[in-house]
Amino acid sequence: MASTILVGPSARIHSIHEALKAAVNGDTILVDGGVYTEGSILIDKSVTLLGRNNPVIDGLAKNLELITIAADSVTIDGFTIQNGGVSFLRDLAGIRVQRKSFFTIRNNTLLKTMFAIYLEKASNGIIQQNTIVGEARDEISSGNGIHAWYCKNLTITGNTVYNQRDGIYFEFVENSKVSHNISKGNLRYGLHFMFSNNDDYADNLFENNGAGVAVMFSKQIGMFRNTFKKNWGSSACGLLLKEIYDGRIEQNTFIKNTTGIKVDGSTRIQYLRNSFENNGWAIKFVGGCYDNEITSNNFVSNAFDLVIESARNNNTIDGNYWSAYTGYDLNKDGVGDVPFRPVKLFSYIVSRSPEAMVLLRSLFIDIIDYAEKIRPMFTPENVIDHAPMMQKIIV
Amino acid sequence: MYKILKYAFYDLIRSKWSYVYFAFYLLISGSLLFLTGDISKVIISLMNIVLVLVPLIASIFGVMYYYNSREFTELLLAQPIRRSNIFLGQYFGLSVSLSSSLFLGIGIPFLFFGIFRSAEIWNFFILILTGVLLTFIFSALAFLVALQNENKLKGFGFMLFIWLFLAIIYDGLFLLSLIVFKDYPLESLSISMSMFNPIDLSRVLILLKLDISALMGYTGAVFRKFFGNDNGLILSSLVLLMWVIIPVAFIARVSKRKDF
Repeated sequence: MASTILVGPSARIHSIHEALKAAVNGDTILVDGGVYTEGSILIDKSVTLLGRNNPVIDGLAKNLELITIAADSVTIDGFTIQNGGVSFLRDLAGIRVQRKSFFTIRNNTLLKTMFAIYLEKASNGIIQQNTIVGEARDEISSGNGIHAWYCKNLTITGNTVYNQRDGIYFEFVENSKVSHNISKGNLRYGLHFMFSNNDDYADNLFENNGAGVAVMFSKQIGMFRNTFKKNWGSSACGLLLKEIYDGRIEQNTFIKNTTGIKVDGSTRIQYLRNSFENNGWAIKFVGGCYDNEITSNNFVSNAFDLVIESARNNNTIDGNYWSAYTGYDLNKDGVGDVPFRPVKLFSYIVSRSPEAMVLLRSLFIDIIDYAEKIRPMFTPENVIDHAPMMQKIIV
Repeated sequence: MYKILKYAFYDLIRSKWSYVYFAFYLLISGSLLFLTGDISKVIISLMNIVLVLVPLIASIFGVMYYYNSREFTELLLAQPIRRSNIFLGQYFGLSVSLSSSLFLGIGIPFLFFGIFRSAEIWNFFILILTGVLLTFIFSALAFLVALQNENKLKGFGFMLFIWLFLAIIYDGLFLLSLIVFKDYPLESLSISMSMFNPIDLSRVLILLKLDISALMGYTGAVFRKFFGNDNGLILSSLVLLMWVIIPVAFIARVSKRKDF
């Protein structure tokens, strides 16, 4: 029979350690409000740790792991976990899950931990509605908000992550979903995929990070309805893609990023119905990018809409709306009669000698851009939208 | 000098061209503000207009005003007034009236749009400041060119060439030198080249204020370091002021020696 064990300053049991010792698999440990400074807590039984009136588990910055989950089916709900400390030798975590499954980490607040939630070889877990606030100052002495390494079937939803190194980090993670999270002010990336396949992230907000999301060396990643905002700085970008295959990027919004999407090697990616507004560069292809399809996107008031550096291009760029398009539509079918060339001469020049950016918005540049538009000589001939839309596409 | 300045100013603000100039800015900034509603965007669009038009109008207007008021100038020269006072008075009258058209034309719509409650107030201030300084610079150049050329056609042509050079050709040469020497570190070259052209300097100042420097990567960082802080702002304002002072000094010198 599963029973409930009450822990609290006024209860019979005062410490979580004692309660864990007394518990058996399937029990619920109900922890009442108060501050618990018990060092590292090892959960080696399948129990539910339930916080009532916001109990605080404080590590007093003594550089230790705060909670380690070493059993299947553990739930941690409603705690504030803080002051884990920083170590250069070990990856200290607020909550660590080691090789276990079916865990739920819900409604917790993690403050000033190096790694907030660290999952290693864990699977089938849910991480929901947590708030993570770090105090990362530089990349060496800080950790990630939610760190997953060799995991499967994770659901990460409704969390808020501030000021960590990476907001959410995936390395060798498969079949997982990241949705409705907010990731702000992280040093490096809001969300970071390395060698992770078949994952989706949707409806998240990435604001003011080094880069909003970085997807690297991964296959079959779906990216839907996310917002990438104000990732602004000389090397910042909204979404960074490196060597990825067969992904889908749909209905995302990119506003005021230095670079909306920076692509260094992507193959067979579909860019559908995204909006790019007021970015420095909307999409910047730098490495070899083949068989991508850029269709039905809105490009509004970006300094540069598209840069493709390689001379060969077999990417399809058709049916987008470009606010820079100046053509006409005589038969009124909503599609411009003149093709649009999104690569400007100036962006071609800037990619070769970056100092030329000093001349941005100079009259001379407008004139040579215009001349190039009429008779292209330098910009790639086949980077062309054959069917530019006349009206903004409603996504 | 003050009397002549006042006279030239009143003469000019009664002319219909001042009103056209004023109405043009009023219309442009008013309609841009009401159509987009985004002050920062409007400042960028206005910057494009101001950087091209202000120098052009100041050049043409300056040359025209000098040649048109020649008879009156000769009349004044017969009076016991210092020569430099006459020409400097006319010059300042002209620049003050052009700048006030610009200032009011852009300022009034922004005032109605609540610029004082907006975070963009400093960017707006920089825009107006560079506009006014460009007016002073180019009308001084125009006066100087007109003083030295009796032939109206030559004067106009030469002044238009100066405008064309500073607004367009200079940037072409700039770009060319950046491309030719791209294997060398070019930061100090590009900083000094943009220092020597008042139009480029104004453009860089406004762009850096509008935080577009992130687009410029490493160069942007160098530029930001140079122009972005208060010292850079003061230095570049001083350079722009030098662009006013040197031609004005020449006006005073040339007018003293000139035969009429």
